[in-house]
Amino acid sequence: MDVGETSDGELVALCRAGDERAWAMLVERYSRYVYAIAVQGFRLPEPDAEDIFQDAFARAFERLDALRDDDAFRPWLAQMTRRLCIDSCRRRRDEGEEPEVEVEDPSGELERLDEALAVREGLARLSGDCREILDRFFAQDESYRTIGEALQLPAGTIASRISRCLGHLRAELEGRKAVVLES
Amino acid sequence: MPITEYTEERVAELLRALPPAPAGWVAAAAELPRARAELDRIVELATADADFRLALIEDLEAALRSAGFAADRRRVVELQRRLAL
Repeated sequence: MDVGETSDGELVALCRAGDERAWAMLVERYSRYVYAIAVQGFRLPEPDAEDIFQDAFARAFERLDALRDDDAFRPWLAQMTRRLCIDSCRRRRDEGEEPEVEVEDPSGELERLDEALAVREGLARLSGDCREILDRFFAQDESYRTIGEALQLPAGTIASRISRCLGHLRAELEGRKAVVLES
Repeated sequence: MPITEYTEERVAELLRALPPAPAGWVAAAAELPRARAELDRIVELATADADFRLALIEDLEAALRSAGFAADRRRVVELQRRLAL
């Protein structure tokens, strides 16, 4: 099963049928997203973020049967995560850990994370070579030289590969956006 | 819906916006189906075996370990809830 090609709906259906691998794929697909909602969106400290992370996935797993539209797994998981984060912020405030902090849903930041997830999903649909080179260069900030050494490529060819792969990624993202706008 | 232009800078910013979650967290969440099944088995055992239930009431973590189960914090909390300990 290819993680990049299998839809959320297909994975959810497989999970309901008891496929543990499908569940692991859903966790893998959304682990960065759930983590970022807690740590970046709500700026929770790591121990609280860990509880949110585990609770969000545990609730999703337990309540899969209640999900009406299998393809709506992502917004459903995001909503559960947000609720858990808000509860955690309120608890911290009420227990006096951060009494000055207003508990707000940081919707602007969450929109940015949604867009970041779309880019990650676009990246997942590219070839393995493109995935690796773009992730190393843009996300891990590695130099041409480091990338060249790791991938056993001449450093002089890295720039052109990045440019080509970026083109593929843009095409993926713009293609998806066109579908969304048309529908 | 605003149209985003995916410049190099924008792609870099968005790729950096989602750093990986700690590997241990991801592994624990991925193991949920197995962990839940084991939890169900422990609850079944506790229901069927009065001695085991008593041992759980006396010292939950020690009883789990001596029965060959892991006794991590999440499992202990969940068992306390399910067994009303």
